[in-house]
Amino acid sequence: MMARVGKSIRWYPGFRAITIACLIILYAPLIIVMIYSFNNSASITVWGGFSLIWYEDVFFGLESAKFKQATINSLMIAVMAAVVSTAIATSASLAMVRGRAFRGKALTFGLINLPLMVPEIVTAVATLIFFASIGFERGVLSILLAHIVFCIPFAYLPIAARLQGISSIYEQAGRDLYATPGETFRLILLPLMLPGILSGFLLAFIISLDDFIITNFVKGAGVETLPTAIFGAVKQGIKPNIMAISSIMLVVSFILVSISYLISHMGREK
Amino acid sequence: MAGLISTSAKTKAEGSIVEGRQAMLLFPAWAVIGVLLVVPVLIMLIYSFLTQDFRGGVIWEFTLEAYDQFFLDRGLFGDEAPSIEWTYILIFWRSFLQAFFAMIFCLLIGFPTAYFIATQSPRSRSMLLFLVTIPYWVNLLIRTVSMKFLIRDTGPINEWLIAFSVIDEPVRMINTAFAVQLGLFYSYLPFMVLPIYASIERYNFVLSEAAADLYTGRWTTMLKVVIPSVKPGIVAGCILVFIPSLGAFLAPDLLGGAKNFMIGSLVEEQFKGQAGDWPFGAAVSMVLLTIIMIILLIYARSQARDAEGAR
Repeated sequence: MMARVGKSIRWYPGFRAITIACLIILYAPLIIVMIYSFNNSASITVWGGFSLIWYEDVFFGLESAKFKQATINSLMIAVMAAVVSTAIATSASLAMVRGRAFRGKALTFGLINLPLMVPEIVTAVATLIFFASIGFERGVLSILLAHIVFCIPFAYLPIAARLQGISSIYEQAGRDLYATPGETFRLILLPLMLPGILSGFLLAFIISLDDFIITNFVKGAGVETLPTAIFGAVKQGIKPNIMAISSIMLVVSFILVSISYLISHMGREK
Repeated sequence: MAGLISTSAKTKAEGSIVEGRQAMLLFPAWAVIGVLLVVPVLIMLIYSFLTQDFRGGVIWEFTLEAYDQFFLDRGLFGDEAPSIEWTYILIFWRSFLQAFFAMIFCLLIGFPTAYFIATQSPRSRSMLLFLVTIPYWVNLLIRTVSMKFLIRDTGPINEWLIAFSVIDEPVRMINTAFAVQLGLFYSYLPFMVLPIYASIERYNFVLSEAAADLYTGRWTTMLKVVIPSVKPGIVAGCILVFIPSLGAFLAPDLLGGAKNFMIGSLVEEQFKGQAGDWPFGAAVSMVLLTIIMIILLIYARSQARDAEGAR
């Protein structure tokens, strides 16, 4: 009813046009790069017809070994960072959402969200200096540790949101029927929390996969992830194979975000 | 009312499966963020007071050299009377302006977009929201590279403009301050739309109807009723755009070239580039972090005040 009555009052001239402009601004560069990645030409701007040569180049060309190693590093780091940060976030969200109020709760909340508040470049500098000062060798492990930190808040938000939406009567019923706290968690709460946990895991995975600035600082010489390899290549000029890799990463991000979105909207009580 | 809340909280805690285990459950988060973020920031603070080692490291001797270099000019040989060193302050000032304009442009496009999305039917609302969210999760490096590709001298925009005889010579866009501005705006636009949308979604349009019933004009209603009601979302969006813009590295580096230095490029050069002055890099980072913490503190206090006022 409200929609019908309010329609004319809610409407503002030009807002639809601006929204369309906003979406065009957001998508045009990405779509154009995707189109040009199928360009059958060594020049990146002259259109020479449709072809998959640059995708072939990514997988079998001169630089394919470099990109393959970078992809393996990226995936390995992203999976491990997502697993660890999701576990930490799940545990923290149980204490924060289900536990009673305690002194320092606001402080703990601030701490969990601290990686979002400190600018990336500052985190990168601080982490590099930290590893250098304790003599920690820079390589895949240092990248992984740095990634776990900034993945925690991204995993935490959907998990805590999900947990807040689950009524505690289910756990109480379990406890009344003499289930131990461990059993109650494993058999009742965990399955209910699962969509939130999966959604948090995927977001942490994407964030880790995407990171450039922090990785660029804490990686050792010769160790590359996909973004740092792409950045290094772009510094020497944009070649069509970069557009092909970018397009692949765009599609992967799109799929992962869509899955995360669908999961987090699954079975929501509304 | 107060009694009801306290009883329900009590039953919840008694039946809670985490009773007595809270510290244990929170320990991993405390430990990881404490050791890998809080401690590093403190060490960075110490580093900013150490002496530079020319091989790219530090000598453990206390000095104010880094801050001196940042703020004061003592001439080429360091023996003149100190005057204010403008080089780095100007880089900060320019970064400030660019972050500010990125915020304003994002607001001008982001607010109408958020408002439009919030007034659609639930179906198209979630569809549009999803479309705005996707770029938020797409690799920022790839988005910046795409923009670089688009606006190069021989990029599609120039080629098309020439093909349609709008221009004869390619317009120089890459490696200009304009390109950095565009890059920041493009990078953080979704950050503006999402929090404003969240606010407008909670806005009660009965208020707009009441204003209209009292013969208030459409735009007056927007300025005097809608915008004040959704202010928290607008402020949150502005902060989410301004802060990452201020410390941005990719947009100035890939789109701005060597001439359009921002704070992020200045910091990066101390660690990855030619300069190799770690204490100075740490000092610049500390100055940036301090500015941002002050902004966040002001924000948190105004939020607390708004919450007081609402009660």
